[in-house]
Amino acid sequence: MSCRFHHLLGIEPLTREDISFILEQSRPFQEIQSHPLKKLATLRGKTVALAFFESSTRTRISFGTAASRLGADSMNLQAESSSLRKGESLIDTVKTLDAMKPDCIVMRHSSSGAPHFVQQHLQIPVINAGDGTHEHPTQALLDAITILDRKGRLDHLNVTIIGDILHSRVARSNIQLLGKFGAHFTLCGPAMWLPSELETLAPLGSSIRRVSNIEDAVRDADVVMVLRVQQERLHEPALPLDDYILLYQLTPERLRLAPSHAIVMHPGPMIRGLEIDPVVADCPQSCVLEQVTNGLAVRMALLFLLIGGPHDESKEALHAAD
Amino acid sequence: MRVVEKNQLMAAAEIDRTLSRLAHEIVERNGGTAGLSLIGIRRRGVPLSQRLARAIQAMDGSVVPVGTLDITLYRDDLSLVAAQPIVHSTDIPFSVDDQVLVLIDDVLYTGRTIRAAMNGLFDLGRPKRIELCVLIDRGHRELPIEATFVGRHVQTSDTEIIEVRLDEIDHEDRVMLVERVP
Repeated sequence: MSCRFHHLLGIEPLTREDISFILEQSRPFQEIQSHPLKKLATLRGKTVALAFFESSTRTRISFGTAASRLGADSMNLQAESSSLRKGESLIDTVKTLDAMKPDCIVMRHSSSGAPHFVQQHLQIPVINAGDGTHEHPTQALLDAITILDRKGRLDHLNVTIIGDILHSRVARSNIQLLGKFGAHFTLCGPAMWLPSELETLAPLGSSIRRVSNIEDAVRDADVVMVLRVQQERLHEPALPLDDYILLYQLTPERLRLAPSHAIVMHPGPMIRGLEIDPVVADCPQSCVLEQVTNGLAVRMALLFLLIGGPHDESKEALHAAD
Repeated sequence: MRVVEKNQLMAAAEIDRTLSRLAHEIVERNGGTAGLSLIGIRRRGVPLSQRLARAIQAMDGSVVPVGTLDITLYRDDLSLVAAQPIVHSTDIPFSVDDQVLVLIDDVLYTGRTIRAAMNGLFDLGRPKRIELCVLIDRGHRELPIEATFVGRHVQTSDTEIIEVRLDEIDHEDRVMLVERVP
């Protein structure tokens, strides 16, 4: 199978085959993370533009490290130092970056759909590193490979997601990805973060139910995803933090209600003592740090797939031929 | 472009005999099998390395570690290839430090694959020595690389292709000389 996409804007447009292909291609890059010498020269001479219009630490470092381990250089645009502050429009900023001739652009923006908009104005591949409350495709891919490692399969999993699902692009991308493999989702959290429209997100063949009680939500779970309480995205809190902890924190007692083979995931940054009990965060069922390592592998694979092969012209032709 | 078969260079029995000889040469040159590992280059170097390991075991009972190396990420022609290259796993489940590694491939041609393979090995550690074993050496080197062990030297022209077919991949054992005709 060849690379059938020119960008990575979201999980939604991808097929199961596309996803399986990306995950398969991530395997060799997983191995590289354990090599004594982790630096390749594969993308030497290529440049990856990291355009983070919204602040980010781990995703930006992960993409930067992925580029560097492939031998590519990166140019960094960060929210704090951005000329956006001086009033430059998104498209002017992006075109300025593009004029410095990077080979692809990795972009995070607080507006949903911003990477799709930018992609229409550029010839180079665009990778969405998180857009508003829409999608965070590389997070879903790294979660999928982590689940595959731990559970040996992606098909028909019972996936429980706890927290602020309404504002979570991580949840949305994961629902898209695991849903394409027939997952049954249980969403759990304060009522105002669980509007009934969420049930319409489920891809064909998957199902979504909403449960208000965390004890019921974890009972049949193969995978428990704990989301961060995104205080910066809240216009008004759903409920006081103390109450949130009381009702929705994943504690050892609650995790014990789940099957013993259930795994615990968190996209980070993780606030110990808020959405997750420190004992759970460090327990053998938790794969939080594997997620971080796998993030490098998935991002290296994507950079290689999008800019490691033949020149853009031929790839465009390949794309058009599909 | 068509490809026509010109002639058969090796039948199954000859491949067997050649591998058996190569196994003896590898053990002889290294004074035994201590510290020796075989590394098959994907794809057809992999079954060849397994066959050589079996031949060495049949010879003196010693089990030589066998690894698999994918060189895709080390290629120097990635921007020139026609289709999106696919990366496969490298599987070398032992330390290469201070080991004598015998790289195994089916055909030695420009030498660029071997250059890439050596780069890949050095990312894994510091081997004591790297040797190269190929079933066919067809000439036309573009780099100063020579094989330590050669099954057969074959004179070829630029338009000719050596096709090594192995049972494990191609469901038959033979080596063909084929030619590209426009």
